[in-house]
Amino acid sequence: MDEIRIGVFVCHCGTNIAGFVDIASVEEYVKTLPHVVFTQRNLYTCSETGLLAIKNGIEENKLNRVIVAACTPRTHEPLFRGICSEMGLNPYFFEFVNIREQCSWVHQKDREKATLKARDLIRMGVARAALLEPLEKFQIDVKPSTLIIGGGISGMTAASNLANQGFEAIIVEKDIELGGQLRHHHKLYPGNMDSQEILSIIEEILKNPKIIVHTSSKIKDIDGYIGNFDITILKDEEEIKFGVGTIIVATGTDLLKPKGLYNYDGKKVITQKELELLFKKDQFNFKNIVMIQCVGSRNKERPYCSSICCMTAMKNARYIKEKNPDAEIIILNRDIYTSGTYQETYYRDARKMGIIFSRYNESKLPKVSEESVIYFNESMKEEIEIKYDLVVLSTPLISYGESKELSKMLKVPIDEFGFFLEAHVKLRPVDFSNDGIFVCGTCKWPANVPESISQGYAAASRVTRIISKDSFTVEGATAWIDQDKCVTCEICLKKCAYKAITRDEEERVIVRTVLCKGCGVCATTCPQHAIEIRHYTDNQVESQITALLEGDLVE
Amino acid sequence: MNQNAKKVMVIGGGIAGIQSSLDLGDMGYKVALIEQEPCIGGRMAQLDKTLPTNDCSICILAPKLSDCFRHPNIKIHSLTQVQKISKKEQGFTVTLLRKARFVNEDLCINCGLCVEKCPSKVLDTFEMKMNKRKAIYLYYLQGVPAIMAIDKEKCLYLKNKNKEKRVCGFCEDVCQHNAIDFTQTDTNYTLESDAIILAVGSNQYDPTPLYAYGYKKYKNVITGLEYERMISASGPTEGHITRLSDKKHPKTIAFVQCVGSRDVNTNPYCSSICCTYSTKHAILSREHDEEIQSSIFYIDLRAGGKGFQKYIERAKNEYGVKYIRGKIAEIKIDENENPILFYEDLDTFDVKSKKVEFVILACAMIPTKNSDKLAKVLGIELDEFNFVKSSIDSPVNTNVPGIFACGACLGPQDIPHSVINASGAAAKASEYISRTKR
Ligand SMILES: Cc1cc2nc3c(=O)[nH]c(=O)nc-3n(C[C@H](O)[C@H](O)[C@H](O)COP(=O)(O)OP(=O)(O)OC[C@H]3O[C@@H](n4cnc5c(N)ncnc54)[C@H](O)[C@@H]3O)c2cc1C
Ligand SMILES: Cc1cc2nc3c(=O)[nH]c(=O)nc-3n(C[C@H](O)[C@H](O)[C@H](O)COP(=O)(O)OP(=O)(O)OC[C@H]3O[C@@H](n4cnc5c(N)ncnc54)[C@H](O)[C@@H]3O)c2cc1C
Ligand code: SF4
Ligand code: SF4
Ligand code: SF4
Ligand code: SF4
Ligand code: SF4
Repeated sequence: MDEIRIGVFVCHCGTNIAGFVDIASVEEYVKTLPHVVFTQRNLYTCSETGLLAIKNGIEENKLNRVIVAACTPRTHEPLFRGICSEMGLNPYFFEFVNIREQCSWVHQKDREKATLKARDLIRMGVARAALLEPLEKFQIDVKPSTLIIGGGISGMTAASNLANQGFEAIIVEKDIELGGQLRHHHKLYPGNMDSQEILSIIEEILKNPKIIVHTSSKIKDIDGYIGNFDITILKDEEEIKFGVGTIIVATGTDLLKPKGLYNYDGKKVITQKELELLFKKDQFNFKNIVMIQCVGSRNKERPYCSSICCMTAMKNARYIKEKNPDAEIIILNRDIYTSGTYQETYYRDARKMGIIFSRYNESKLPKVSEESVIYFNESMKEEIEIKYDLVVLSTPLISYGESKELSKMLKVPIDEFGFFLEAHVKLRPVDFSNDGIFVCGTCKWPANVPESISQGYAAASRVTRIISKDSFTVEGATAWIDQDKCVTCEICLKKCAYKAITRDEEERVIVRTVLCKGCGVCATTCPQHAIEIRHYTDNQVESQITALLEGDLVE
Repeated sequence: MNQNAKKVMVIGGGIAGIQSSLDLGDMGYKVALIEQEPCIGGRMAQLDKTLPTNDCSICILAPKLSDCFRHPNIKIHSLTQVQKISKKEQGFTVTLLRKARFVNEDLCINCGLCVEKCPSKVLDTFEMKMNKRKAIYLYYLQGVPAIMAIDKEKCLYLKNKNKEKRVCGFCEDVCQHNAIDFTQTDTNYTLESDAIILAVGSNQYDPTPLYAYGYKKYKNVITGLEYERMISASGPTEGHITRLSDKKHPKTIAFVQCVGSRDVNTNPYCSSICCTYSTKHAILSREHDEEIQSSIFYIDLRAGGKGFQKYIERAKNEYGVKYIRGKIAEIKIDENENPILFYEDLDTFDVKSKKVEFVILACAMIPTKNSDKLAKVLGIELDEFNFVKSSIDSPVNTNVPGIFACGACLGPQDIPHSVINASGAAAKASEYISRTKR
């Protein structure tokens, strides 16, 4: 075997690391570690200058292992591995040591110990790097088709975009027809466009030969992996199976029914959605209307702003005023959410039309009695009583209960409110961290129609990146079963959450590498120690522990 | 499907333009990314941290910059602007103007020797003019492409080129890679493109005309973007919160919301992002210095994005940030240049005052300078506020088929929305090309 030549690049990350860790002394220390032939400090290792330094470092010092001690592999590992590949080094010879999230940021108050810990962490990395082995990533075939779960506006938008690019899309909708929430809307803010107008996309979808629609259908099972998902659905009791390359989740939201709040009865005290249904059926006939905002939102139970209900309330109040200028409408609110360009004008015009906006405080909620609403007016410092013939409650969008089940089937996370959780809120807003699965529309977070449509396009774009190519490259760091040690007890097979372990034709227990995420669960459960996780082998991990125990910090 | 012959031009290299380019590049399109500055990155490169998770902005942006730079299908055209455009039967012919960089892109290795030697100092626009750079400069530390550019207006050599005796030229003498090239000139060239994506972002409103706030009159009243640079470790004060009047570290800070927003005399719309970014600023202030007390003066608190409401709760409960519903009538100063805010308390309608040591103005997001001219060149419609006009059922389309838009040029929006629109515009461009060109 060739001599092991490790290069260590220690990053300042501006002052993110250097502000709390003595980088110069860390570098001096690292020079003394075994196999380390080159070290360097960089202000930002990920900048083009820093990357060039790595390249030069590799070339000039014949490095065959590269360590970057910096931030997190979550955002930066692909970049540094890529640089190694560019220089002809197997990317698995790259080792990341996190001295930011795991060190400088959490020990901001103790520079000395943080510095010692950074040394320990790097020493562990160096020990492991010496034992790293080259691995190959491999290619899998990709079916150029997409399953879209949910046929609301966001899902339909994604389907239409993909089909127009020539890709097949399959929509699975649990309801009897497409359209989602929009079917129940009257007009849409700000221009009073009829919601039916936007829903004309349904016809286009039904006509498009590239799109298959399954209504009254439920997802029963999802198996497989990016490029080759196996889907089973239940359509009117009947099972249908098909395969797709990618999946988009577009299941939208429910609207909170304010049971037990403000004497909600669905007749004299109703929701905005019910109000719009009255408009649609032309059954609206009220004159004194009180609307209450943030009903069941921005409170302890649901500490989020649903972002669409202020505009919705104004839309409906304006409609009433337009039809009947004598109608008295007061909107009781905590803050008015009209963020963006046209929204503020919409609000200003609503006030000009004579719609009253009055503030209430979260600590003194309004009270709804048989005939009147009583609320505490902050500026007048007194309770005010308003007679009404209709109270409309603005309730938030909430997740469907079944999202939980779906998230389990897809192996993607949901947040505390049941909204789907994207891979990165800012930079990967419609991706899941699980390859090949994407998300759009309100099932991710409350959004209005244009935002939901944009997200539908965005998900289609992310899908197109994958299905426009014939193959996809998957991770090489996976589990491997030593057949000499395996006694086929199948404990691992039951434990693997990704269903990556199966029996092959010869009845051996094997890992389907494309499915394996390298999570390591199987390896820890195997009583025979027959399973090894490549890139995280026992001896690699042990070397790190041994290196840690040599440290100065362990007391 | 071989899409290799198909080309898309993306105008503007902020996070939106970058995301569109990366998606399209991955789909197999050849992308020309046009950026007027020497480096891509846009506003996000200037931010310190990004809400609501407070991750370091440049840290999460840098890998994207590199991905763009290294992508085999993406070519960055820096210091370049669109001059003319003509629609063909299929696609567009675009005439571009590339400003002279006076540094050879292929030779410069960004070693920085030239910068050390350059005697000419210039106010640094990237740093909001809070410190100086040299006439030869890297736009910002992590900038991509990572090569120098010479500021023609400030370079002693170029300014005195017509004199008999050569002036300066130190950078040329010291550069070991022969990268300095004073013979470069501005050049016009054309590119063909099957679709275009507009991503020219937004600018910040300059609050100088709003005299009552005292911006520029009082040294201790600065803008949100200036504060963003100030708290950034790579910024002009290396991340130290410092009063401009006496270099002292303030212990009380007031954040003033809706400056030039929601105001019919300036910009009638809500800029969407400032309620939450001021919250971010207040949180970060406390992280820089535990003794800092922040107050945020607002009219309505607008925090509809994912995790934003909880972010505000955290600011209140864990960082002691005070939210005061109040409209600022005027800011004055005392003899030590401490700002005093006179405001109407919107809960009680009383007029009150509060003395602090530092004031940050959350200024409106306005359309990018000259974007109206660009819109004319492209033939696209703008809305009443001069943002690119779109409709609720086609949120990333412009009125010109084949030209799409994304990011803050569509109106004030944060990074997640910009990234979503950017991927969305990429999907629409791809759909457009698939339908018109086979
Ligand atoms: C009262 C009210 C008024 C509004 N007014 C406006 C307005 O004027 N302007 C505006 O811009 N926005 C308005 N909105 C917001 C608008 O409704 C949403 O932005 C939009 O409907 C979101 O579309 P979506 O596709 O994400 O979700 P949805 O419309 O909710 O569609 C999701 C679809 O997925 C299906 N589904 C769910 N779970 C499953 C599953 N497990 N399997 C299969 N299918 C499933 C559902 O049946 C549904 O068809 C309003 C909302 C409300 C509640
Ligand atoms: C003080 C402040 C704090 C913020 N904090 C946050 C935060 O914490 N979280 C968050 O999500 N968002 C935040 N934002 C918002 C965020 O900066 C924007 O959402 C984002 O930068 C928009 O990206 P963009 O690509 O659309 O535009 P920009 O970033 O503005 O990029 C536009 C690019 O186009 C170039 N360009 C312009 N005109 C032309 C032309 N004619 N030809 C060629 N190129 C051109 C520009 O040079 C620039 O590089 C903040 C904004 C400000 C002002
Ligand atoms: S949009 Fe308005 S009503 Fe809805 S939660 Fe937000 S502030 Fe409350
Ligand atoms: S490493 Fe994890 S994903 Fe891979 S086979 Fe083992 S348990 Fe399954
Ligand atoms: S121009 Fe020359 S001296 Fe200046 S950074 Fe580039 S290579 Fe170095
Ligand atoms: S010629 Fe002189 S002034 Fe001009 S950039 Fe070079 S060193 Fe600076
Ligand atoms: S986001 Fe907040 S500070 Fe900014 S304009 Fe809107 S209301 Fe004012």
